[in-house]
Amino acid sequence: MFRYYMRLGILSIRANPALSALMVAAIAIGIGAFMTMFTIRHIMSGNPIAEKSDQLYYVRVDNWDPSEPYDEPNEPPEQLTYLDATGLYEAGRASRQVISFRSMRVMEPDDADAKPSQIETRATTADFFAMFNVPFAYGSGWDKTSDDIQDHVVVLGQAMNEQLFGGEDSVGKTVTLNGESYRVVGVLDYWSPVPLFYDLNNNPYNEPAQLFLPFSVAIAGEHDSAGNTSCWKPVGDGGMSAFLASECIRYQMWAELNSEAEKQAYLQFLDAYVEEQKLVGRFPRELNNRLDNAEEWMEYNEVVDEDVGVLLGLAILFLVVCLLNTIGLLLAKVLRRAKDTSLRRALGANKAALFSQYFVEASMIGIAGGLLGIFMTWLGLRGIESLFIEYDFVSKLVQMDWVMMLAAVALAIVSSLSAALYPTWRACNVTPATQLRIQ
Amino acid sequence: MLQMKNVSKIYRTDTVETHALREFSLIVDEGEFVSVTGPSGSGKTTFLNIAGLLEELTGGTYELDGRDISSLNDKERSRVRNEKIGFIFQSFNLIPELNIFDNVDVPLRYRGFNAAERKKRIVDSLERVGLASRLQHLPAQLSGGQQQRVAIARALAGEPRFLLADEPTGNLDSQMADSVLDLLAEINEAGTTIIMVTHELALAERAKRNIFVRDGSVSDSPPELHLAKAAGA
Repeated sequence: MFRYYMRLGILSIRANPALSALMVAAIAIGIGAFMTMFTIRHIMSGNPIAEKSDQLYYVRVDNWDPSEPYDEPNEPPEQLTYLDATGLYEAGRASRQVISFRSMRVMEPDDADAKPSQIETRATTADFFAMFNVPFAYGSGWDKTSDDIQDHVVVLGQAMNEQLFGGEDSVGKTVTLNGESYRVVGVLDYWSPVPLFYDLNNNPYNEPAQLFLPFSVAIAGEHDSAGNTSCWKPVGDGGMSAFLASECIRYQMWAELNSEAEKQAYLQFLDAYVEEQKLVGRFPRELNNRLDNAEEWMEYNEVVDEDVGVLLGLAILFLVVCLLNTIGLLLAKVLRRAKDTSLRRALGANKAALFSQYFVEASMIGIAGGLLGIFMTWLGLRGIESLFIEYDFVSKLVQMDWVMMLAAVALAIVSSLSAALYPTWRACNVTPATQLRIQ
Repeated sequence: MLQMKNVSKIYRTDTVETHALREFSLIVDEGEFVSVTGPSGSGKTTFLNIAGLLEELTGGTYELDGRDISSLNDKERSRVRNEKIGFIFQSFNLIPELNIFDNVDVPLRYRGFNAAERKKRIVDSLERVGLASRLQHLPAQLSGGQQQRVAIARALAGEPRFLLADEPTGNLDSQMADSVLDLLAEINEAGTTIIMVTHELALAERAKRNIFVRDGSVSDSPPELHLAKAAGA
């Protein structure tokens, strides 16, 4: 009977093309508006390191001003001082650990005629790549020895390698940054986590850096920071050395802890570390150390803008309005066909058969609405992209994948079936005799 | 056999109660051709609707082939309608977007026949009404008489025991009406029980038995028809 119902559905749609088109349009517009906002929220709230986010912990210790917390009600700073970052790192209490910061360097091309350009770099430690499952196209990251001896090595991002070496294997080649040569030891495959979970102190939708170099090299070379730096007391004279010895926070630290026991042990280690620092006059506040796993850290940083939630709510309301319209249109269509329904009842159709017939027809309208809704979603996303074209990160939020497409069609079918429930119930409960008497 | 005993049907609104049938009793035996006449509003069509299970009765009992109809659920009532009863309406009630073949196919679909069986029955019934060559025509492409023949073919395709006809010639000219009545008589001769509601006495005369309905009940004295029959004799 399913094929028969499909045929009847097609005939009915053909018989009422304007009404059917209105229903498809109502569903498509509702789905389009909803899916546009849902897609953006879905991407914003995604977990790009879901496979091990419960093993990766962001480290915070509270070295802040005793008279007021870093953030209400009693949040420790979101970054570490150089003293603490390196102190904790060198203790080596986690199976893997990473310290890093965002910096800027000037790339000097080999071609004398080409202009130098300022590029964002990430100064980090050897475990960064293995810890964050960063994919390599060529070569690999550097090892701890390179960190220790301040080896001038770099890992290039895919785009940077494409720009400098045409995408070829550039391992062993050199690049020049601020007049210093660096040897390429690895080239990344495409890698663009959204949000940029490992550094949420800047725009979480930024592209990752296209050049990675050892933390020790960046510190020794006094590389400029391109991230946030906050201080709660004066640095004092003495340039970079004074800054590194200060209570200013600039550096991010992650620890890989593979079990609850490891996490508890690491927390105890942090407490012990802070107690030790208190003995030399630092850490004036109460013990207030934190370990947040990757997902908790993203939630804490509210990577999903509140406005997106509000817009999503409005989009849901709009979808509901569209569905109410669809219910009205379906009701009109069904009531127009009351005689047809009554006739089928007279000829032997039971209520279940009629319900199936109308549901198949509603599903067909839902599928059509869903497919058109995908196009509407695409239009909506392109519209948002063009509105915010000056912000590079927006293009990452307006990507529609096949999961979203399937979700759009599924939502359209569910929506149209929901919308069809009442009209179908009305149709099935029409008294056949009343309609067949009309002549 | 169709048997109604003291059947009543009351239509209720907030303020008004209308007794469409009261104490309506009737027995129709297998193979009969019964006409039901009566003035407008006398309850003829209500009787036919209840007989065809298109409406539920308010009181009394209705047995079809010895089975109490009031105890059936929707699925069972639909099945009885589909298997035992064929309908012919004054306004034909063909589905305009379906061609003739598909119109006749409608009750067979709900019967669950396979495609070959359905096709055989459709072609046979359309041949019986002389329209086998119009399978692909839409109803709008046929005359009124032809449309009613299609409706009859649709009613016959399921080989029902009872054929319920509500003013089957009401929308036809006299020549077409005669032809449709000839067809009904032929169907009846073949064994199908026919109950035909009409307000035209001349048509009622074509039935083997006439029931006269007045004020929702079977009247003992259908004077006009008796007079007409006496005049004819």
